[in-house]
Amino acid sequence: MECQEEKPIIYTMENKPIVTCAGDQGLFTSLYTSLAQQLPREPMEWRRTYGRAPKMIHLEANFVQFKEELLPKEGNKALLTFPFLHIYWTDCCDTEAYKSSVKEDMMRWQNSLRAHGSADWVIIVVEANDTKKKNKTNILPRSSIVDKIRSDFCNKQNDRCVVLSDPLKDSSRSQESWNSLLLKLRTLLLMSFTKNLGRFEDDMRTLREKRTQPGWSFCEYFMVQEELAFVFEMLQQFEDALVQYDELDALFTQYVLNFGAGDTANWLGSFCAPVRSWSGLLLRRPIDMEKRDGIQRGEASLLDLRSYLFSRQCTLLIFLQRPWEVTQRALELLHNCVQELHLLEVPVLEGALDCWVFLSCLEVLHRIEGCCDQAQLAANCSHTVGLWAYATDKLKSLGELCGLVSEKGPTSEDLNRTVDLLAGLGDERPETINSLQSPYKKLKEALSSLEAFERHYLELSHAAMEMYRAISRLRSARLVGKSLAEFYMRKGDPERAETFLQEALKSYVSEGWSLPVTHTRKQVAECQKLLGRTEDYLQTSALLAGDVNLTMEERKHFCQEILNFAGKSADHSHKLTLSMGVFAQLTRLQFHPAAASVHSGAALQVELTLQCLMPISVRIQEVAASIHFDVDHGGTHGRSTGVQRQTNPGTVEFHQGNPSVGPPSSSTAGPSLELDEIQDRSPSDNSLNSTGLICKNAHLFVRRHDNSSLPDTPNCVSPPSVVMKEGAQMLKMQDVTLKPGNNSIIFTAPSGQPGTYTLRQLCATVGQVQFVLPHIYPSVQYEVYSQEPQLTVEPLSEPLLAGLPQTVKFTLLTGHYNVKKGVALQLSNTDTMPILPSTTCTARISNPAAGVLSIQSSEKVTSISLPPTPPYHTLEFQLEVLCIIPSGSERPANERLTNGEVRHRPRSYSHPDTPMTAIDQRMSIDCPWSIYSTLLALTFYIPFKAKHSLLCAGNRKYIQVCVQNVSDMNFMLAGVKLTEKQHVSLELQSLNTKTQQLLCNKHSMFCLWEVRWKDDLPSCLQCVFSANFAPLNQDVSAFKPFHYQFQLERVTTLYSVRAEILPPAGEQHCRSGLLCGLEVCITRLTEPAEGEMADEKTDTDGLRSTKLMYEVADSSSNWAVCGKSSGMVSMPVTANATHKVQIEVMPLFAGHLPFPKIQVLKYLPHTASVPIQPDPDSCVENDSLSLLDKALDDQGDTASIRSRGSVHSVGSGDQQQKGVAMPRLEPFSPGQVFNHSHAQQVLVLPATDDHIMEVNAT
Amino acid sequence: MAVCIAVIAKQNYPLYIRSVPTQNELKFHYTVHTSLDVVEEKISAVGKSLGDQRELYLGLLYPTEDYKVYGYVTNSKVKFVIVVDSSNTSLRDNEIRSMFRKLHNSFTDVMCNPFHNPGDPIQSKTFDGIVSGMMVQTG
Repeated sequence: MECQEEKPIIYTMENKPIVTCAGDQGLFTSLYTSLAQQLPREPMEWRRTYGRAPKMIHLEANFVQFKEELLPKEGNKALLTFPFLHIYWTDCCDTEAYKSSVKEDMMRWQNSLRAHGSADWVIIVVEANDTKKKNKTNILPRSSIVDKIRSDFCNKQNDRCVVLSDPLKDSSRSQESWNSLLLKLRTLLLMSFTKNLGRFEDDMRTLREKRTQPGWSFCEYFMVQEELAFVFEMLQQFEDALVQYDELDALFTQYVLNFGAGDTANWLGSFCAPVRSWSGLLLRRPIDMEKRDGIQRGEASLLDLRSYLFSRQCTLLIFLQRPWEVTQRALELLHNCVQELHLLEVPVLEGALDCWVFLSCLEVLHRIEGCCDQAQLAANCSHTVGLWAYATDKLKSLGELCGLVSEKGPTSEDLNRTVDLLAGLGDERPETINSLQSPYKKLKEALSSLEAFERHYLELSHAAMEMYRAISRLRSARLVGKSLAEFYMRKGDPERAETFLQEALKSYVSEGWSLPVTHTRKQVAECQKLLGRTEDYLQTSALLAGDVNLTMEERKHFCQEILNFAGKSADHSHKLTLSMGVFAQLTRLQFHPAAASVHSGAALQVELTLQCLMPISVRIQEVAASIHFDVDHGGTHGRSTGVQRQTNPGTVEFHQGNPSVGPPSSSTAGPSLELDEIQDRSPSDNSLNSTGLICKNAHLFVRRHDNSSLPDTPNCVSPPSVVMKEGAQMLKMQDVTLKPGNNSIIFTAPSGQPGTYTLRQLCATVGQVQFVLPHIYPSVQYEVYSQEPQLTVEPLSEPLLAGLPQTVKFTLLTGHYNVKKGVALQLSNTDTMPILPSTTCTARISNPAAGVLSIQSSEKVTSISLPPTPPYHTLEFQLEVLCIIPSGSERPANERLTNGEVRHRPRSYSHPDTPMTAIDQRMSIDCPWSIYSTLLALTFYIPFKAKHSLLCAGNRKYIQVCVQNVSDMNFMLAGVKLTEKQHVSLELQSLNTKTQQLLCNKHSMFCLWEVRWKDDLPSCLQCVFSANFAPLNQDVSAFKPFHYQFQLERVTTLYSVRAEILPPAGEQHCRSGLLCGLEVCITRLTEPAEGEMADEKTDTDGLRSTKLMYEVADSSSNWAVCGKSSGMVSMPVTANATHKVQIEVMPLFAGHLPFPKIQVLKYLPHTASVPIQPDPDSCVENDSLSLLDKALDDQGDTASIRSRGSVHSVGSGDQQQKGVAMPRLEPFSPGQVFNHSHAQQVLVLPATDDHIMEVNAT
Repeated sequence: MAVCIAVIAKQNYPLYIRSVPTQNELKFHYTVHTSLDVVEEKISAVGKSLGDQRELYLGLLYPTEDYKVYGYVTNSKVKFVIVVDSSNTSLRDNEIRSMFRKLHNSFTDVMCNPFHNPGDPIQSKTFDGIVSGMMVQTG
């Protein structure tokens, strides 16, 4: 680097590796052009040491004349000026000439090279054809010169001598020799690079390793490594060059950090010197030699070093087409430098760094603008915006420092400071001296006057904001805006400030950042106060007064601001309206009574709970709530009959977030959906027409959707919406003091007209200020109704028992009807349910007053005079009624009630829930308040069930009545009696001993009478059972009658059946397994009666006879019936006619066996004239059931006997189809046939012969 | 260590924000709020390219002269922001990552609390303790 003449090369940065040329200069000059052109034409692969990837490079060279001085001296580390290759040119073809001069020259050249240890050389022998021809005779062949040179100089390296043939001719031979020359040159150059750079790098590394030694200097090392970077740059290897600088950067950073950690290096001392110049980065030069020299001399400050390093990195990055990395690195660098100066505790003049940063930012931006077009810049705002914002920031702090951000302008102290700062900038660099917009000029101008500062500051701010907006970093843009607003405020221009502040505030509110909201809102308040926007200011003040982020002092101040205004004398009628939500919040609303539904005229109180957000107690002149009234049209009628409508909740809780900040959870989640079911019912029969869901608060969702501003932002309270409605009903309360926190205010609500009252708005008036809650949500309403009188009748106790006096409770809800003296209810009497007169009948009216009831009964109507009762009271009284138990099946003709309605027959039916039989009794009541009769139904239950049966013993007859108590009560029964209505001669002799009998619940009682008659027993008996009953432990007067009517038919015994079992012949007793005879004797007991004639048939022989069928069946498998088991007998219809039948039976077991069952049935032959086809199988005696079954499809077969097997299916479809002509069997009524041998037993002995016992073991 | 730690809900309101008490709390609120710009930018940039294979750690959001702001986004778009003093050079990327991971774990615990209503500000003492452990200890 000592060679001064070399320096310009470095400035231009168009360095090429140096190649020296010795020998024939004239020859070289003639070849130079084509050589310089062709050398870089083809790339060469450069194989690298240390495993670095090989690279293809285009080699260029700077050919200079060989001079001894060019050769580097020992210890010179300069690489840029290092000659990488030495060429000796000659076109000598004359041996003489070679020997005499050329060889000597070469020798000298070689020696000087050797002296400097340079082994990178080549000798080029140029040979031309014309020279060859000219000296044809006396010259040696050309090769001999080359050979000579080779033998003289390149003893082992034959490739160090190259022949170039006919270089100026355009022949293939010439081209070929050029190519081989160029290849050789490139190869040698690369070899030289590899060797020399490798050596250099090794040296450099060694130097770096010494960095812990005391004398080591970073600056020295810096120069060495930068040399390497220069060479890479020279070879167009920018990436590698950048790596060198990055390494230096990292190394330096590490030293600074170590310094911070207490590990101080000596050489850092120079960097800790006070900063004297803050002229910013300089990026317009490829190499800033001034700074480089400073570094070399070890005089550079930290900022100088950083600036220089960055300018080099910037240059390389721009070569590498990575401008956006420049901006990113620039921001990092600026931040880092500020930090490093701080860390190294370098004394810096206040504001100097701001200047440096500001200038640097602008310089970087200018540099980038210089190498990119507008479109590129616009597309990469995100990379540059940081610098813009940083510059803006710094300019602002500079302005503040120099007193430029104020209304008055800078003080003399400020001016002094400005001068000091400007001094540190130094002179403008020559590069930018002609540019109008240089950072240097900008800064100087900005610091020179208030106007210029404002202009520059605004320009930068707007640029930054626009860029932020363009890349949709809106929050950042707003923050810049806010900073701008602060500037305007300092400048006393609140008008411009406000828009920025409002915008920022809106954003913070919407995203729920409470602290920024409070801070910004305070600024807004200040701004609004300056602007004289009272309404907005007070609104904001109210918000701030309730803001918990502020201190109590501040809150009180803002609260006082409102009160001060409110206390001003009312010079204008218009009151200032503010939103209630910021002042106090409606948290709860309670109705007393809680149902929120009262009858007209009743007292209803509304309790509001207001949470006052103010820090101090505030006296309110008036709190008013406006009410919207809806006339309830359907209500007056609907109440009396319809179901109760949905009741309003008695307590409404209002959920609201903190109004000063966008409530995080509730605002984002939104209000919850309020859904209601609606049902549309047909008015006539109450059937469902349609059903659906309605959203009660749909308006909220719709509104939230399209209105982004929250309701608490001041401008949202538009005056029209908060004007209290004139003439509407109001709840009012004067002189209320609201303490901080919850306050309770109780209003008395109007309840005059029936209808729905909805609370709409709430308004609190403090002097000139009105706080208005424009909508009370969720909507709160109460109902005032007018009720129709309502009468209900219900049993006092369940169930009502028929036959006994039962108490029934009448309840009258008077509703709007005033029961005056003499008003009476008219009850239609019914025969089946008389109303029992009672002497002590009082009515109870809901309030403890009691009135006397008088009851007057006439034939048709019972009139109940009610005691006077005021409206909306409940009147209760009890009546005793008796439901007469229907005794029989008599059905009286329809009657009409007194009011003309068809009397409803009490009809008994069985109820599924109870074993008792139920009777519905209807009552018709005429009420004075209605033209319609009230129809009521009462259900009574009969406590008893009665059954009867006819028993007989031979000719004697008995009647048994069973009374079952099915109720849950215990009864006494007395006077049990049975009477026969028609036959006087008949005597019923009671066989019952007790006169009174206890009948417990669910128990039965049996009574028995013997029937005695004189002449003839009538075939049909009409009996009435009657008894008196009373609940247990009641006196005799309480006994009530119970009747049971029944009819007995065919009472007379017609036949007696007598059976006898005859042991086998010669045996005393029957034995099991042996056949014995069963003799059945059927005797006719009576003369035919009138009614019997129909069944008889006159035989062909003229005798009247009845056909009977008998059947022996043993269901218990004691007997086997052998032979025929059934048959027909023809009985003459005369008394004592007897028929005997012999049947063979076999006992299957030993012991006392009951007789087989003998059944006698009436046989009714077919009446049709068609004779039945005789069938071979159709014998009546056929007793085989299987045969019957088999013959199911055989008509002929079944024709006669079919009926026997299908006694039970008489009348079934099958039989019906075959016609009525079939013979039928009919059982006798009970008592018509008396079986003497019923339940008789016979002794059967075991079989005699064998006593084998079968034992089966398995 | 950190000078400010913030947890921000999906809807961008703060669930939790704490800064070193000696410093200007308001400034951190502004810083964290502004950093959401970059968080959103990074989320949307990642969303386009990688789909669901998203790295939760967003890295350095933006440096300022005094602070470095780091971001982290959970899969449910809850953002964590850690502000570190620029002069604090000992903190490497890995340490920041592990701080976020710790924060995320603790946040998950808070969310698992059946009495915590997601969306409400975090008031858990345990979480507070974890955050305190990561903050610069002053005094």
